[in-house]
Amino acid sequence: MNSNFQAINVEGDRMGEQEKGIVTLIHPSRGWVSLKLSELWEYRELLYFLTWRDIKVRYKQTAIGAAWAIIQPLFTMVVFSIFFGQLAKIPSDGIPYPIFAYCALLPWQLFVYALNESSNSLVANQGLITKVYFPRLIIPVAPVLAGLVDFCIAFLVLVGMMLFYGIVPTFAILTLPLFLILSVATALSVGLWLSALNVQYRDVRYTIPFLSQFWLFATPVAYPSSLVPEQWRALYGLNPMAGVVEGFRWALLGKTDGPGALVVVSVLVVIVLFVGGMYYFRRMEKGFADVV
Amino acid sequence: MSDIVIRAENLSKLYRIGSRESYKTLRDVLTDAIYAPLRWFRKSNSGLQTPNSNFIWALKDVSFEVNHGEVVGIIGRNGAGKSTLLKILSRITEPTAGYARIYGRVGSLLEVGTGFHPDLTGRENIYLNGSIIGMKKAEIDRKFNDIVTFAEIEKFIDTQVKHYSSGMYVRLAFAVAAHLEPEILLVDEVLAVGDAAFQKKCIGKMGDVAKEGRTVVFVSHNMVSVSSLCNRVILLKGGQIIEDSKPSIAIERYLRESFADQTVDIRVRQDRIGLGKVRFTKVRLLNNSGEQINSIGMGESLTVEAEFEVNSELTNPVFGVLIDNMFGETVLRGYSRESSSFVPDVCGSGKITCTFPKIPLMHGVYGISLWVSILRECVDFVRNTTKLVIEPADVYKTGVRPEKDGGGLCFTDHLWRFDYLSNRLK
Repeated sequence: MNSNFQAINVEGDRMGEQEKGIVTLIHPSRGWVSLKLSELWEYRELLYFLTWRDIKVRYKQTAIGAAWAIIQPLFTMVVFSIFFGQLAKIPSDGIPYPIFAYCALLPWQLFVYALNESSNSLVANQGLITKVYFPRLIIPVAPVLAGLVDFCIAFLVLVGMMLFYGIVPTFAILTLPLFLILSVATALSVGLWLSALNVQYRDVRYTIPFLSQFWLFATPVAYPSSLVPEQWRALYGLNPMAGVVEGFRWALLGKTDGPGALVVVSVLVVIVLFVGGMYYFRRMEKGFADVV
Repeated sequence: MSDIVIRAENLSKLYRIGSRESYKTLRDVLTDAIYAPLRWFRKSNSGLQTPNSNFIWALKDVSFEVNHGEVVGIIGRNGAGKSTLLKILSRITEPTAGYARIYGRVGSLLEVGTGFHPDLTGRENIYLNGSIIGMKKAEIDRKFNDIVTFAEIEKFIDTQVKHYSSGMYVRLAFAVAAHLEPEILLVDEVLAVGDAAFQKKCIGKMGDVAKEGRTVVFVSHNMVSVSSLCNRVILLKGGQIIEDSKPSIAIERYLRESFADQTVDIRVRQDRIGLGKVRFTKVRLLNNSGEQINSIGMGESLTVEAEFEVNSELTNPVFGVLIDNMFGETVLRGYSRESSSFVPDVCGSGKITCTFPKIPLMHGVYGISLWVSILRECVDFVRNTTKLVIEPADVYKTGVRPEKDGGGLCFTDHLWRFDYLSNRLK
C-alpha cells in the first residue's frame, strides 16, 4: 500500500519535468485494474500478425489444406441429416433438413474452434508470455479472428446449397454480420474466462471437449428451437449460441418469424460474460508470466 | 537529474517456491484439502517448517538509477535476481513492492527468436518476430534487407525455418533483435548465441548501439562482453545490490564471491575435453607453508595440487597447469614437458604438484585449469577448476600497493631514473 502511494506521488512531480515522450510506470497493481483498451489499439499490428500466423500455420503440412474447413461441417451435416433428419424425423421448421443443419453448423463450428483455441492460447503461447511484454488480451483474441477464415470458406458451401434448394435470402440477411459478431463474442467471452483459468488449472483443457459436447446438445443445431415450449423460449436465450443459431437461420433462410426475445436475452448474456471476462482476464494477467 | 531514464525504487519480488509453485490441477487442490489437517499435525510435531519457508525474495529493495546513454551490466550468480529484475523492468512480471519509472521507448530482448514458428519461412518469421518484439510493420519493411544481410541467409529467406541449420536460425533470430531500435534496450544473455565469428559481430552491433547514445541494461554471465560493453556494472546477490560501480571492480568482486575455500571435487565436471584415459579428480591450492588457501599476495608462492585417476597405463604423460584471467585468457602456464625432465609412467591414480615460487601476476581473480596429454593428444582438460585470488601486495618494497584499477597483467621488478634536461620553466 505504501509503495502505491509513493508511486503516485512521484508520478505527480515528475510528469512536468519529463515531457520527452513515453513514460512507463511499473508498480504492483491491486484489486480491479483498468482494461487499457487504448494500449490494445496501440498493439493492433501485433494482433494482426498473430492472427495471420494462426491462419498461415493452421493447415501447414496437411495434404488437403483448407479443404478441412469444408469437410468438417459438411460431414457433420451429412451425419445429422441421415440420423436426425431421415431416421429420427426431427422437424426443421419446413426447411430442407440438410440446409437447416448446415446453416447452424457454420456458426457452431466457428464457435467451437474459437472457444477451443482461445482457451488453450495462453498456455500454447507461454514462450511469448514469459519473454515479451504486450497486452495479454491479444493472445486469446487472435485465434478467434483466425477462425473467421474457416468460416468464410465453409460459407461458400452454404451459398452453393442455397442455390441448390432455390432459397432466396430476404432483407434479413443484412443482420447476418450482427449474429456473426454475437457468435464470435460468445466464443471470446468464454475463451477469456477459460484461458485465464487454464493458466492456473490445466483441468480446463480436459473440460473443453465435454463442455462443447454438452453445449451442442443445448443448442438448436440438430433441432429447431420451436421444440422448446413457447413460454420457455426467451429463457432458452440464456445459452447465447441458441440466439446465434436461430439468428443465422432467420437471417439466411428467411424463416417467417424472427427470433425476437431469444436473441435479446442472448445479447445481454454475452455482454455480461464478455465484460466480466475482460476484467477477470486483466485481473489474472499479472500472474501469467509467473505461473504459466 | 533530467538525464535519468530508469529509476527504480525498492523493487521487490516475492516468489513461491517448492512443489506447489506453478500450476495446480483441481485434483491437487482436493488432495491438498484432504492432507491439510494431516500436514498441520505433522508440522506441529516437528516444528521445523514455517509457512514462510515456501517464499523467497527473488529481489529485495533494489533501488538504482540509470542515466541516459549508460550501458549498465547486471551480473550475479544464478538465482541472484538478475533475470527477475529484467523481467520487471520489461513489464513481463509485476513487482511485489516498489516501483520503477522508465522514460522512453523500451525494447526488451530476453531471448532471441521469441515466437519464431518452425513452419513459417524466414521472411514470415522476420515480420512475426519483429512485431512481437515491438517493431511496427513499416519499420520492418524498411529494415528488412538489412536484417537479411546481417543474418547472411539471403538464399534461404523463403525456406521454412525448420529446415534451417541451428546456426542460421540463431543468426536470423539475432538479426531481427539487433535491428530493434528503442531508446532503452534491456538485454538478457542473448549474445551467447551462434558461432564465435557471429558472436563477435553481435558484440560489435551491441557496441554500436551503445555508441549511438542509447541506454542499455545488459544481463550476462559473460564477463568479457560485460567488461567490453558496459561502463557501469551492478552486482546482485540474493536479490540485493551489493556493488554498483566500474566494471572492473564489480566483476572482480563477483568472481571473488563465487567460489568456496576448499578442495574442489572435479570428478563431476561434464564440460571437459579429452580422450578420457585420465581424469582429474580433485584440486587444491597451497601457499608456501603448505596451508590450503584460495588467495595469495602478489609475488608469493603458489602450489597447485591435483589428483587424477588413470584407466589404462599412462606412458609419457605431459601435465599442465594453466592460470587464466577473468576473461578466460591463459596468462601463465606450466607444462611438465617444458619445465621438468621427470614425470613417471603411472597407472591407477596419482597426484601432481606444481609449484610457482613467485607468481608474477597482478592482483585479481584467476581460474586454474588442468591439462594432461599423451603424445601431444589431449587426454583430459578441465577449465576453471578452482579460483585463485591474488591480493595486492607491496611487491616493490616501497610501502605502496599497486592500485586497484591500474591496468597490466603481470609485474616485474623495474628501475626508474630521472634526469633533468633543463631546470628552467618554459
